[in-house]
Amino acid sequence: MSEELQLPRAARVFVAFVALLRANGFSVAPEQTTAFLAAIELLGPRSLEHIRQAGLATLAPPPERRATYDRLFDIHFRGSEAIERAEGDDEETVRLQEEGRGEDEPPLSDEANESGLTATRAEALVERRFAHLAETDALRRLSREASARLPRRRGHRRMRARRGPFADLRRTLRDSLRNDGEVLRLGRLRRRARPRKLLLLIDVSGSMKARTEENMKLAHALLQAVQNAEVFTFGTRLTRATRPLRLKRREQALTAAAHLVSDWDGGTRIGDALQAFLAVPRFGSYARGAAVVIISDGLERGDVSALRDAVAKLSRRAWRLSWLTPLATAPGFRPQTEALIAIQRYVDDLVDGGSSATVVSHLLSFGRRRAA
Amino acid sequence: MTVRGTIVGIDSPEALEKALRAAYYLADEGLATAAYLSLALGKPLLLEGAPGVGKTEAAKAIAAVLGRRLIRLQCYEGIDSSAALYEWNYPRQMLAIRQAGEESIDIYGETFLIERPMLAVLRAPDSAVLLIDEIDRADQEFEAFLLEFLSDFQISIPERGTVRAAERPVVVLTSNRTRDLHEALRRRCVYHWIDYPTAEREARIVMMRASSVAEQTARAVVAAVGKLRREPLSKAPGIAEAVDWAEAATVLHRGGARWPDAFKRSIGVALKDEEDLHFIAPRLDALIAEAAA
Repeated sequence: MSEELQLPRAARVFVAFVALLRANGFSVAPEQTTAFLAAIELLGPRSLEHIRQAGLATLAPPPERRATYDRLFDIHFRGSEAIERAEGDDEETVRLQEEGRGEDEPPLSDEANESGLTATRAEALVERRFAHLAETDALRRLSREASARLPRRRGHRRMRARRGPFADLRRTLRDSLRNDGEVLRLGRLRRRARPRKLLLLIDVSGSMKARTEENMKLAHALLQAVQNAEVFTFGTRLTRATRPLRLKRREQALTAAAHLVSDWDGGTRIGDALQAFLAVPRFGSYARGAAVVIISDGLERGDVSALRDAVAKLSRRAWRLSWLTPLATAPGFRPQTEALIAIQRYVDDLVDGGSSATVVSHLLSFGRRRAA
Repeated sequence: MTVRGTIVGIDSPEALEKALRAAYYLADEGLATAAYLSLALGKPLLLEGAPGVGKTEAAKAIAAVLGRRLIRLQCYEGIDSSAALYEWNYPRQMLAIRQAGEESIDIYGETFLIERPMLAVLRAPDSAVLLIDEIDRADQEFEAFLLEFLSDFQISIPERGTVRAAERPVVVLTSNRTRDLHEALRRRCVYHWIDYPTAEREARIVMMRASSVAEQTARAVVAAVGKLRREPLSKAPGIAEAVDWAEAATVLHRGGARWPDAFKRSIGVALKDEEDLHFIAPRLDALIAEAAA
C-alpha cells in the first residue's frame, strides 16, 4: 500500500494520552489501546468522566498509581496546569508516623547504644547511592544452591512415583488397555515438593548502616534465584522493595531500590514497622506459611511491647521465624538489649547476621529440615 | 475488536447499574462501566480489592442480570487441570472395559468425561458465567495456563480433540491482591479496583442486604465500620461484616437488649481477631457512642 494508515483525527487525542501514560512509567499494551478506543466509542462518550472510567477499566493502571493516572488525565484532557511531582508507588510505602498506635512514645534519648551508633529518630531521608563492589562468594553460593537448599513444602500437585500414598488411575488405565483391560500393576502418585514462600525483612536504619548495602545485594541475589520471595525494608518507614529488586542487572536494581526506599540510615522503629506490615492485608498474607527472615540488630527506639506483639503475631503466621542480628557473633549468644530479650521466646532462630556468608548459610540450612 | 451489540437490552453502564440494583447489588459508576465494557467488548472482567468489598457478589449479580447460572472455580495453590478443566472417570472406564468383554467400546466417550468449571462454561457459553475466584491464590503456572484460555477460549483434550466456545463466554476473575498478577493477565482483561464504598452507599447496601435493619441502625453501623477501617487492624471489617453487624445488633435489640448495648455486644461479628478486639476494647465505648450519635 502506498498510503500510510492514518489515525482518525478524533482518535489522536486518546492515543496521545496513552503515550503520555507510557512516558510516565505505566505499561500499556497495544491491545489495551485498542480496547480503550473501542470503549470510548461504545460509551458515547457523553462526558470526560466516561473517558476517565473507560481508561481506568481498559488501561488498568495499578491501584497504587491511581492518583498519578488521575493527575495525568487532568493535565491531558482538562489542561490543568497543576503539575506536581508524581509520587511514586505510594501504596508500597507505609509511613509509620501515621500508622502508629497513638500511644505515648518514650522520650528521646541521645545516649549511644550498643553498637556505638545512634539510632536517630529524625527521618534522615537520604538517597543513598550504592558503591559497586565485587560479587562476594556468599552471593554466588546463594544463587548456585538456592533451588536445592531453600525451604520447601509439600505441594498439591502429584507426580508419578515408585511408591506413594495415591493411586495413579490414569496411568493404570492406560497400562491396562495393553493387556485387554487387565490391571497388572497399580501406578502410584505422591505429592511433589514445592519451594516455600520466603519473606525477607531488612532493617535499613542508621545502626545497621554498615550492613545495609550487603543486605540489599543479598536480597537482589535471592530474588533472582527464586520466584516466590518478598523483600521489605524498614527503618522509619516500611517499603516493599521486591519490585525494583526483581530487575535483572544488579546495579540497575539497587539504584531503583535506593530511589524507592527513602529512609536509609535514619531511626529505627521496628515494632511500628512490623505492626504496619501486618496491618496491610496483602502484605500480611505474604508471611502466612512462609519462612520469615528478619535482618536487624533489634535496637528499638520505640515501644518494646509493640515490637513483642508484632513478633508474636508474625511467628504465629510464619512457618519459621528467624532473627538475624549482627550482634550474635559468638555461638553462645545471649541477647542483652531489652527488645531482643522480649522477642527471644517467639523466634525460632536467633543467629548471626553479621556477614553475607552467615546469612546465606542460614538461608540454605532450611532445606535440610524436612518439608512440613 | 469485535463489539457485541446489546446484551439483553442493556446498552449503557447506567442501564447495567439499574439492572444490578434489581439483582440486589449496588455498583458504583466505575464498576458499572467496567462490567458493561467487559460484556460489550467480550473481554474478561478482573476485579481486585480488599477482602470483603463484594467482588464475588458482583460476579453473582452479573450472572443474575444475564439470567445465567454461575460456575465458580475457587483457586488454590497447586490447582491443576483435573480440578479446573476436565477429568476422566477412571473407575467407570475400567468397569466398562470389564463389562464389554469381547465387544469394542469407546472409553473416551461423553459418559466418561467429568466436566470441570472451565470446560463446562466453554460448552455452554450462552447460559453460564464463569467466576474464577481469588486467582492470586493460584500459582504462576496456572496463571500462565489461564492466559491461554482467556485469549482463545478453547481447551484441547488429547483423546477427543479441541473444544472451542461457540461465543465468547462471560468470565469474571477476582483477586485479593496478595501477590501481583502477571501484567499479561491484566492486559487481557477489563480491570476494576473495588474500593470500600462511601458511607452513604454502604448504608444503602446494608439496608438492601438486610431488610429488617432500620435506617438509623444501618447508618450507625456504617459509621462505626468506617472508623474501624482507619485503625491498624489485622483484618479490617468488609461490607459483609457491616451487614452482619447491623443484623446482629437488630436481633439483640429485638431480644430486649438496650440499643447502644446491643450494638456493642455484637461487635464479634465485625471484628474476628482476638488481638484486634483487644486493641480496640479501651476505645470501643467512645467509638460506638460517636457512631450511634
